[in-house]
Amino acid sequence: MIESVLFYLFSLVAIVAGVSVITQRSPIASALSLVVCFFALAADYVMLDAHFVAVVQVLVYAGAIMVLFIFVIMLLNIRETEPAAMGQLTARSGGALLISGLLGVALIAVLDSVVHQTPAELPAEYGTIKAIGEALFNGTYLLPFEAVSLLLTVGMIGAVVLAKREL
Amino acid sequence: MEAVGLVPVLAISAILFTLGVIGVLARKNALIVFMSVELMLNAVNLAFVGFSRQHAALDGHVFAILVMAVAAAEAAVGLALVILLFRNRVTVKLDDLDRMRG
Repeated sequence: MIESVLFYLFSLVAIVAGVSVITQRSPIASALSLVVCFFALAADYVMLDAHFVAVVQVLVYAGAIMVLFIFVIMLLNIRETEPAAMGQLTARSGGALLISGLLGVALIAVLDSVVHQTPAELPAEYGTIKAIGEALFNGTYLLPFEAVSLLLTVGMIGAVVLAKREL
Repeated sequence: MEAVGLVPVLAISAILFTLGVIGVLARKNALIVFMSVELMLNAVNLAFVGFSRQHAALDGHVFAILVMAVAAAEAAVGLALVILLFRNRVTVKLDDLDRMRG
């Protein structure tokens, strides 16, 4: 019971923060809203018994990725030349709102038709580092894991090559 | 303790994904477009975790972690591109980048 209440509460926070991300005028306010959204989603993961994913969400997303974003925003020191964000949203985005509104209705309609059944009983170690480690390194996901490590290396090299003035 | 059902999780995931789509389509600032992409990735992660909870399987968690790693790589490369863009054109407004238009 309390799990459900907290889940809805944090989901509301996440959605409000998500709206704030796309309506804020300055990028830094958007970024901070996004941090709030990520924390609320991490709380949602805890309510869904995904403890390790919640921790990684806070460390990687709210920590590393958003620090990178805020660092770049402050490094570029962009002047706010945009008109008020809400006006901009309505002026140029009638089509965008229409398309994404249709997408949202379709998504919710399709996803709502998923079989309504009670969630399965959880094993004792569900969502712990041990269980996920077993799945990652002992199970079927070893190759994808290694592929992702390669991808991260390529991404790192690519970022350096792109952003450096001269090699 | 009664667990959260699958349908509300998916509904919230769909709402967040739609917000991300609106951000990508409607905003001009490249940084905010990137943040909207991150929002969409997070919505998908929420759906993964929700399905994982429903079936008491851990595959969704593994996928969510892999998505986070991909998002980290994407953010690094994307922000490097934004820096490069700003250095060459002194703008991050996507509407100003129309040199390739014929």
